[in-house]
Amino acid sequence: MRALKLQISHLFLPISVMVLLIIINLIKGADYFNITLVNGALYGNIPNILFGASELVILTIGMTLVTSASQGQDISIGVSATITSAIFVLFVLNAGQVTIFTILAGFLISCIAGLVIGAFNGILVSVFKVQPMIATLILLTGGRSIAFMIDGKLSPILANDISNQIGTVIPGLPLQTPIILTALFIVIVAVVLKTTNLRLYAESVGINPSAARLNGIDPKKIIFLTFLIMGVCSAVAGFIAVNKAGRHDSVNLLKFIMMDAILAVAIGGNSLIGGKFSITGSIIGAYTIEMLNRTLLRLEVETEAIKAFKAVFIIILMVVASPVVRVFAKKALDQIRSSLAGIAVKLTGAPKDTAVSGTDASGKKEN
Amino acid sequence: MGTLNITKAKKRLSNSNLLFIIAAVIFVLMYLFSIISFPGSFMQFQTFFDLFNLNAPLIIMTLGLCIVMIGGGIDISIGAVCGLVTMACAVLLESEMGSLWGALLLALGIGIAFGLLQGYLIAYLEIQPFIVTLAGLFLANGLLTTLHKDPINVTRPDFVALRDFDIVIPWLGTKNRLDIFIPCEIKPGVIVVVVLVALIAVLMKWSRFGRNVYAVGGNSQSAMMLGINVKRTVFLTYVICGLTAGIAGFVFIMTTGAGNIGNAAGFEIKAIASAIIGGTLLNGGVGNLLGAPIGVLTLLIINELIRAAGVQSNFQAIISGLLLYLFIVLQSVIMSLRDKSKFKLALPPWLKLPWVKDRKDAGTKG
Repeated sequence: MRALKLQISHLFLPISVMVLLIIINLIKGADYFNITLVNGALYGNIPNILFGASELVILTIGMTLVTSASQGQDISIGVSATITSAIFVLFVLNAGQVTIFTILAGFLISCIAGLVIGAFNGILVSVFKVQPMIATLILLTGGRSIAFMIDGKLSPILANDISNQIGTVIPGLPLQTPIILTALFIVIVAVVLKTTNLRLYAESVGINPSAARLNGIDPKKIIFLTFLIMGVCSAVAGFIAVNKAGRHDSVNLLKFIMMDAILAVAIGGNSLIGGKFSITGSIIGAYTIEMLNRTLLRLEVETEAIKAFKAVFIIILMVVASPVVRVFAKKALDQIRSSLAGIAVKLTGAPKDTAVSGTDASGKKEN
Repeated sequence: MGTLNITKAKKRLSNSNLLFIIAAVIFVLMYLFSIISFPGSFMQFQTFFDLFNLNAPLIIMTLGLCIVMIGGGIDISIGAVCGLVTMACAVLLESEMGSLWGALLLALGIGIAFGLLQGYLIAYLEIQPFIVTLAGLFLANGLLTTLHKDPINVTRPDFVALRDFDIVIPWLGTKNRLDIFIPCEIKPGVIVVVVLVALIAVLMKWSRFGRNVYAVGGNSQSAMMLGINVKRTVFLTYVICGLTAGIAGFVFIMTTGAGNIGNAAGFEIKAIASAIIGGTLLNGGVGNLLGAPIGVLTLLIINELIRAAGVQSNFQAIISGLLLYLFIVLQSVIMSLRDKSKFKLALPPWLKLPWVKDRKDAGTKG
């Protein structure tokens, strides 16, 4: 019961935001939840959000782990996804006949590239003790040029049936493929976190590396491992993004996604200076950001002003969720409740029982 | 004996000073290297001054960011705020009622407004600085695009006069091919940089506020127990940072003379990198304000050198990334070697090297 309560308070922020956004959308038009069937696949506002946020969700999962263990953020995720997808595109274009196996092989090779990139960042952070933001700044500076050189030209086009299907819909399945891939990825991550000690180790390293070391957990290894996972996450995200777009644009692919990913981690109720984390919160946060973007589009905000509206929304959200305001609200609520109880006592004229129950209730609230 | 030992203990450099000295040494070495490899261009004093002339806004921004980082926070909105200031000033100057002083006031006002808003949210409502300043970045970007979308070239005569105004140093300069002496020129922005560096370095080194910032960044809990008003100190760091971003925006439009959406885009990342190269740590509590200009110059000289070498544009980014990599690794190796020498002090006395023993004595007695 207590664990459930804790979890709910953790997820309070992202879920309340989501509910707020849904209410705004419903006020705008009651057809928000409408889903239509086009060529055997579901389309509508909700599937579009799930479709649009797929890369962001995958990157956010990796970012949560990195944030938790290394007490910093990886700002090179978009760039590393660009590099891995460049390798994927290069492999597929040079393979000649494109079958499901070439796509799979290309995907595996891009995952290996992701591991290499993760190892590069991870060694800098864990062995050389560079702060994560600075270590990943290196790749952010030079990465897009590397991707461009792998491509050899501006935006090679990925024109074959299989990648088209991965980017949109496989005939016979009711959902768009990126949604299914994301769900699969989330399930794999959930299983890994449930069956291994990764969560405990990452959290203990993030809370206090020296204490973790004294308890027999090597912080270097754990931080390195989280960066490897981040590399794989960016490879998967790059794979989905490039198949969605149908061409590899090394300049603009997933350009400012690190900001959104970090924001999703924060909206999910996680601390950005490491420690305890909640992947569920981060995932909900990522979907919330996509929902926010689409809500602003739906409300027909001018394209130039979208960023400003987004900023105002984030600020209001963070103010409402900030610890000071929360404590204040709690106190105010308690005061109102106790005064109400007092009035009730006066009115009913049964002093003893109700007074006791009233103090009991307020005591519970404080816990 | 006692006084001698105390001076010896004092001589041990703090980590931030060590990082600062590494950055300074590397800057000098790289400049010497570039003089040797490209004597034609780098020997001229004008090349050195141009580093300042063209990048004064970045240096000013880095100064403000350094204060925030020493206080344990981070501000990634500065680049966007600077861009917003340039566009707002350009729009004001092109309109009917614009004036130079009005533009200056507007620049400072926008900077301070962003500083106040972000500082209040971070210090008093205890929201994570990254998120608040990220929202600030979005807000400034959105306001910039709502304000005006197309580039504006300011054509007011008094502003153009200010833009083209150069301070000429008659006794420094080079002769061109026709043997005509060309004196060096400095933009007014450089004066602003020098004044601000001096002012803020003094503020952080000797004022009560500066010491409070170091204490808060090092450990806000113990700073609070010492009776420091932590919230107000953090709040003020963000206000100063916003102010410097505003000044940087004004200096930016003073050098380029046009408002543009792309102005100062991505400067926040550059500023963070330069602050760290200059010896300020992201964790807070450590840093040297003089490191800010040195860090900027080190970062810039890398780019200048690559440009002078005439490398293909794609390799430019990769090589600057590689040099950054080498630099960061070097910093880290030096820091860890230093920690190791400290660690050796725990060895039994008969294993110790004589100078190490000396230092330990100094430490215990001092």
